[in-house]
Amino acid sequence: MTDNKKLYLPTDGKVIKNLRAGTFVSVYGTLYTARDQAHKRIAAAIRAGEKLPFDLNNAAIYYCGPTPAADGQIIGSCGPTTSGRMDAYTPLLLENGLKVMIGKGVRSPAVTQAIKERGAAYLTAIGGAAALYQSRVTACELIAFPDLGCEAVYKLTVEDFPAVVSVV
Amino acid sequence: MKTVDCAIVRERVARLITECLIKPDAAVTAALDRLDSDNALESAAAKLIAENNRIAESKRLYCCQDTGQALFFVRMGDGVCCKGLTAALHGAVRDAYAGARKSVADPLTRQNTHDNTPAVIETEITDGEDLEITFLAKGAGSENMSRLYMLTPADGADGIVRSVVDAAERGGRNACPPLVVGVGIGGVTETACSLSKRALLRPIGTYNARADVAALEAQLTDKINALGIGVAALGGNLTALAVNIEVAPTHIGMLPVAVNLQCHSLRHGTVKL
Repeated sequence: MTDNKKLYLPTDGKVIKNLRAGTFVSVYGTLYTARDQAHKRIAAAIRAGEKLPFDLNNAAIYYCGPTPAADGQIIGSCGPTTSGRMDAYTPLLLENGLKVMIGKGVRSPAVTQAIKERGAAYLTAIGGAAALYQSRVTACELIAFPDLGCEAVYKLTVEDFPAVVSVV
Repeated sequence: MKTVDCAIVRERVARLITECLIKPDAAVTAALDRLDSDNALESAAAKLIAENNRIAESKRLYCCQDTGQALFFVRMGDGVCCKGLTAALHGAVRDAYAGARKSVADPLTRQNTHDNTPAVIETEITDGEDLEITFLAKGAGSENMSRLYMLTPADGADGIVRSVVDAAERGGRNACPPLVVGVGIGGVTETACSLSKRALLRPIGTYNARADVAALEAQLTDKINALGIGVAALGGNLTALAVNIEVAPTHIGMLPVAVNLQCHSLRHGTVKL
């Protein structure tokens, strides 16, 4: 995968403008995991004007609920989950600065349009390649919602993390 | 009467679950290795998934982070006594999932049960003294894309083909292709759904013993692969690894068709006691 264009996260609209849909990129940098229940809480916090678990501005979210890390490991298996379930919350997060989402599967027409309008990007990771993605995570820190178990928010540092640019 | 110790059931089933969650059906990896695609994206995705499955096996990692809800298909002879069998199966799930992801929650409060129980257990009573327990891990991504069509007899085989292709077309991209498509035809609603799950257990590359059903399987495999969804939904020829159909007699006024999409992380196995 070393021939892929490298994408360093977090990033801004200028870099995203140069991404081409339908090409593989290798992702480096910071991703925050969030799936169904974390999105519900983040959306509620935005609406209530409360402090968010991480700065959404230019942030990248990875739709993922990892398995627990075994002894001596940074993280467990950590492939992408279905992005469409987060569509209900995505426009609100985009309005609040979210720039990159990584998951699997298709987005709704409304979310696709919102991603384009906001100069954001949706990348698809390879569904079910969870052990491979585990090997691309170099750091993992629990950030918020530990009561949610695998649905908690983790701050990940990744390198050479393969994904396909799907919506820009 | 044969007596089976439920403590042995719990231990053997827990071990089976762990092995299944690490190593998906070998026929899937073999098909990905064989894939000759003219789409570079599909080829790259197939290589990554095959590499994933090898990493999982060598590093003893779960091949997919969605270690699923635990399904059991129990075939139990009427000459077998296994006191505490149900508790042993839930116990095996608790043991095996201690290191895996706990993905089971209350449907309304979404409160996680924190040990991946309860398992879903289907039991069939047979003649004899055999006890056979089959495990299938079912993740949400593919299960969510499954559908039930209550057709009428007038819809016939054409209606069945239309329904199965519709389910694959609408849900295939989200279900982690390449897929095994399980189809249950007949019975009542839950018969069709159960058959569609059991169909997933049939080895890839085998066909239904009934010639007319086998012909439908071949026709549907071609039609679904012609949709062009491809590996990881990146476009290409390999959308369905197999379409497996199981049938049961139904009411004269009914034609239920259940379609269960199974992702490429096909994790199943059987123990005999």
